[in-house]
Amino acid sequence: MIEDRQRFTALQRLLHWLMAVCILTMLFIGVGMVSTIMPKYLTLVSIHKPLGIAILILALVRLVVRLRYGAPSLPADLPEPMKLAAVLSHYALYILMIAMPLLGWAMLSAAAYPVVLFTGVNLPAILPHSDRLHTLLWDAHFYLAFAFFALILLHIAAALFHALVRRDGVFEAMAPVPTRTVAPADRKVAPAG
Amino acid sequence: MTQPDRSPGRSIFGSLVLIAAVIGGGAAAFAYTAGWLSPDRLTPDRLVNAFAPPTGVSLGHRRNHAKGICFTGTFEANGAGSALSRAEVFARGQYPALGRFNLGTADANAPDATVRVRGMGLRIWTPAGQEWRTAMINAPVFAVSTPQAFYALLLTAKSKDPDALKAFAAAHPEFAGFAAWTTSGPWTGSYAEERYNSLNSFVFTDSAGAEKTVRWSLLPTVQPIPVSPEELAKRGPDVLEQEITERVGRGPVSWSMVVTVANPGDPTNDPTKAWPEGRRTVEVGTLIVQRIEAERNGPCRDINFDPTVLPPGMGTSDDPFPAARSAAYAVSYDRRTAEASDYPRTAAGAKP
Repeated sequence: MIEDRQRFTALQRLLHWLMAVCILTMLFIGVGMVSTIMPKYLTLVSIHKPLGIAILILALVRLVVRLRYGAPSLPADLPEPMKLAAVLSHYALYILMIAMPLLGWAMLSAAAYPVVLFTGVNLPAILPHSDRLHTLLWDAHFYLAFAFFALILLHIAAALFHALVRRDGVFEAMAPVPTRTVAPADRKVAPAG
Repeated sequence: MTQPDRSPGRSIFGSLVLIAAVIGGGAAAFAYTAGWLSPDRLTPDRLVNAFAPPTGVSLGHRRNHAKGICFTGTFEANGAGSALSRAEVFARGQYPALGRFNLGTADANAPDATVRVRGMGLRIWTPAGQEWRTAMINAPVFAVSTPQAFYALLLTAKSKDPDALKAFAAAHPEFAGFAAWTTSGPWTGSYAEERYNSLNSFVFTDSAGAEKTVRWSLLPTVQPIPVSPEELAKRGPDVLEQEITERVGRGPVSWSMVVTVANPGDPTNDPTKAWPEGRRTVEVGTLIVQRIEAERNGPCRDINFDPTVLPPGMGTSDDPFPAARSAAYAVSYDRRTAEASDYPRTAAGAKP
């Protein structure tokens, strides 16, 4: 049974902030590495792959934790369109966290590149060698990366809006440490969307 | 709406400005990292764009070394390379090899006699999944010392100014060695008679962890027969592909792989500088080419001979080119695989 909490569990908050750092690093490395021919290109690529797999594993763990522990309810007075946006954007974030590493892995597989995690540690190919598949996956990995970053900006904007403008406890629910106590009586809750 | 903890002192407007600044700053940092705010940054895309010939790119083909033919065969390691690198491919034994003979041109239909640089892409792999890819050329030294200078050379080569190349050579004295080879180096009538050189240096690590900086070459095992480009032109625009197909059809053709070890102080970061004579060389094995296949349906077609795909025991050095090549080859690969319909495979069984 999922009980109603005001804050995400410590494990959920840890996963959130750890992944926030990983994913932002990953997106910056991604656009940075494809814009340079300097030796750092190889360094960035060699970080991009294991970090992507780390994010995939963390995302799967997080999904399980989320299904187990749920999420605090959104404020009852949050307008319906914002509730819908919150729910949909979180579905999209979970999908992208899991899909992006898989797309990258599949893309390298379809190009017959060795998928090197670390020196001497390769992942198996998950797709056959195919120019058509490679192109499809490359496009998906490339364009979804920008969509992912845009979604994260939206997520940050919404978090700050909750924290600074609405001050409705939504930001505090995921804050790494308690920043401000919201007395239970002050917080009207509705069932999570 | 009851939000009793709202402090009246802070204005909503100020908060919104702060949010906009955070989002705008994040977007700007992302755009900067992506190079969108740096029109002068030499990106892989710009480097690859510079290869485009005035006649237009050969869609579906590699953006450079566009004309080529596939081969398959075996790399027979004699075990001597294990003294230099712990890569499995140097342990005595036979390993499958796949490669591509090619011409250093962006035009997939260039007549063979018009292209000075010939190359070989090679991929050797081991049962345990280690893989070594390399792309070598027949020039004894490279044209320029840095990827930036190479980009400048590509732009110079396309320049309408008749003195552009002279000006480039004056500004890049390291170009002289390559330029001398293009005019005075011998031409041959066969891919089999060429020597293919890595030119770039790499670092080998042996099983004890000792590192050595090396270059490697494939030496022909048949006597090169000099031929003038004029004579070669008379043999037809695709003579090299025809010749190697016929030659391998008669029997396997082989090259000896030799690794040269740098002495301390040798120029490892500059492929225009040959290392002095007398450096330690180790013959590590023999590449045996057993079968030739046209590229269109061949096994080398969709392989990127990225020189940074290296097995454990090999790595990049302070030579700046392998990283730049890897970045550019990836762009070339991404583009040409997306253009497969412009270079369609023929139906199974049909001869191209």
